[in-house]
Amino acid sequence: MSLTNEQIQLKLQEKFGEQVSNFSEPFGMLTFEAPKEQNLKVLQFLYDDEELKFRFLTDLQAVHYPNDKGRELAVVYHLHNLVDNVRIRFKVFTNINTPDVFTATQLFATANWMERETYDFFGVNFVGHPNLKRILNVDEMDYFPMRKEFPLEDQTRIDKDDEMFGRGGSIN
Amino acid sequence: MSDVQNILLPEGSIEKKTITLNVGPTHPATHGVFQNIMEMDGERVMSAESTVGYIHRAFEKLAERRPLYQITPITDRLNYCSSPINNIGWHLTCEKLLGIQTPKRVDYLRVILMELARIADHLICNSIVGVDTGAFSGFVYLMEYRELIYEIYEEICGSRLTTNIGRIGGFERNFTPVAWQKLKKFIAEYPKALKEFENLFTRNRIFMDRTIGCGPISAERALNYGFTGPNLRAAGVDYDVRVHSPYSSYEDFDFIVPVGTTGDTYDRYLVRNVEMWQSLSIIEQAVQKIENIKGADAEVYHANVPEYYLPAKQDVYSSMEALIWHFKIIMGEIEMPKGELYHSVEGANGELGYYFISDGGRTPYRLHFRRPCFIYYQAYEELIKGSMLSDAIVVMSSLNLIAGELDA
Repeated sequence: MSLTNEQIQLKLQEKFGEQVSNFSEPFGMLTFEAPKEQNLKVLQFLYDDEELKFRFLTDLQAVHYPNDKGRELAVVYHLHNLVDNVRIRFKVFTNINTPDVFTATQLFATANWMERETYDFFGVNFVGHPNLKRILNVDEMDYFPMRKEFPLEDQTRIDKDDEMFGRGGSIN
Repeated sequence: MSDVQNILLPEGSIEKKTITLNVGPTHPATHGVFQNIMEMDGERVMSAESTVGYIHRAFEKLAERRPLYQITPITDRLNYCSSPINNIGWHLTCEKLLGIQTPKRVDYLRVILMELARIADHLICNSIVGVDTGAFSGFVYLMEYRELIYEIYEEICGSRLTTNIGRIGGFERNFTPVAWQKLKKFIAEYPKALKEFENLFTRNRIFMDRTIGCGPISAERALNYGFTGPNLRAAGVDYDVRVHSPYSSYEDFDFIVPVGTTGDTYDRYLVRNVEMWQSLSIIEQAVQKIENIKGADAEVYHANVPEYYLPAKQDVYSSMEALIWHFKIIMGEIEMPKGELYHSVEGANGELGYYFISDGGRTPYRLHFRRPCFIYYQAYEELIKGSMLSDAIVVMSSLNLIAGELDA
């Protein structure tokens, strides 16, 4: 455990300056974000740097924040440095109307299906992906089901609205 | 892709063309719902396109409307050959978010169950590799012992396949004397059967010829493809979540992490066999450690967290407070802190991760399962390119693909 979160943060700030931001450490995992145009540069730097060596893509997925205008979709990368055993979380936010994010498939072969899954459920358009089509849902589907505007419950039921789940409403 | 394969054949002959073969989705040789559209040149696979999603059940969407305890049965159905690992992994994730410390005895009980689940998973995988190479008897020998493992689960939680085992903070009840008795019977009898299984396969000429060099992958490619678990270790990388980021007191145990060299089917088989021996040793150590716990902690089986752990049933019927807590927990009206975390456990076929975002509501805002199968199945096409169709089937079973985990 020679590599600490502070060192990673310093190296990133040294290289990218103001562009990497919002550093935090929830449950000990360094989390930060960058503009979506920069995602490949950041991933490449994390991969190539002789001290950082984040060469294992553990996971890639998206999160939908419908109330955060202009930054509705977050694409989250979990990276792992297997040598020093350090994990980091890297996020890029994108507008939901033009959800274009560069693909990481050139760097990680494993990103192929992960990005297809993310596209399938959130509609993130990975620019440059070799085969960006639906993977788990049927090909004919014309919406992205994990977005928050598609509720799970039958909307005619009043006993299952959001306040029963601790969000909004009077019971809380 | 066609017409240029076999130049010795005369022009226009039918053997000269490749044919498209549709393997699956319900092919008897694939042990699950997998479809592969293969382009075949005679017996050789030129290319394969995998289609997944036939049993997609929208677990991540479902989880957004369920309180924590209702998500446990969902995790059962990921890798259903080793459900306790999924359940306990999920409970560990919740405990990390809620800041719950579990007693050592609970950790050791969990370790016993997780290692039993690993044995159950590996023995199915390895014996199925045997079946697919044409040797059915090994499967019959080992299947009996999976039954013993399921009986232990049944004694602990009441169910066998989709276990829904444990609670946040520990277990719903202590291991019964019958459970211990069955566990000891398993520890005593399984080595003999496993030894016999190894005698049948490991140095078997036919088995070796069928599996050595079959579907190999280099360490670099395996890492790039996001391989984890036995499949990555077979390629020579000693990455094991139990060692790298220990959970549930795995740091107290002494075990080796077996690695292979070529990442082919034979290495995967060997790695899984060694892991079964190691799991047995871990279980023995855990039993020993539990027997060494004396005093007040000797019978503890859950952490003292009344906000999240259901009160005892007899109290629910007799005391108002317990009844209130029972309903609060069942209805999901418990306080959940805000937070964002990733927690992973060493599942039977790789790193099983939970990415959990809580916004303070009663259900996760977002829950993502990192399913090892889904991630390494995309390498299948590369693994089987140029091999025989019958080898492709063996490679698929040696990867230990579980359809439930693949599709989530």
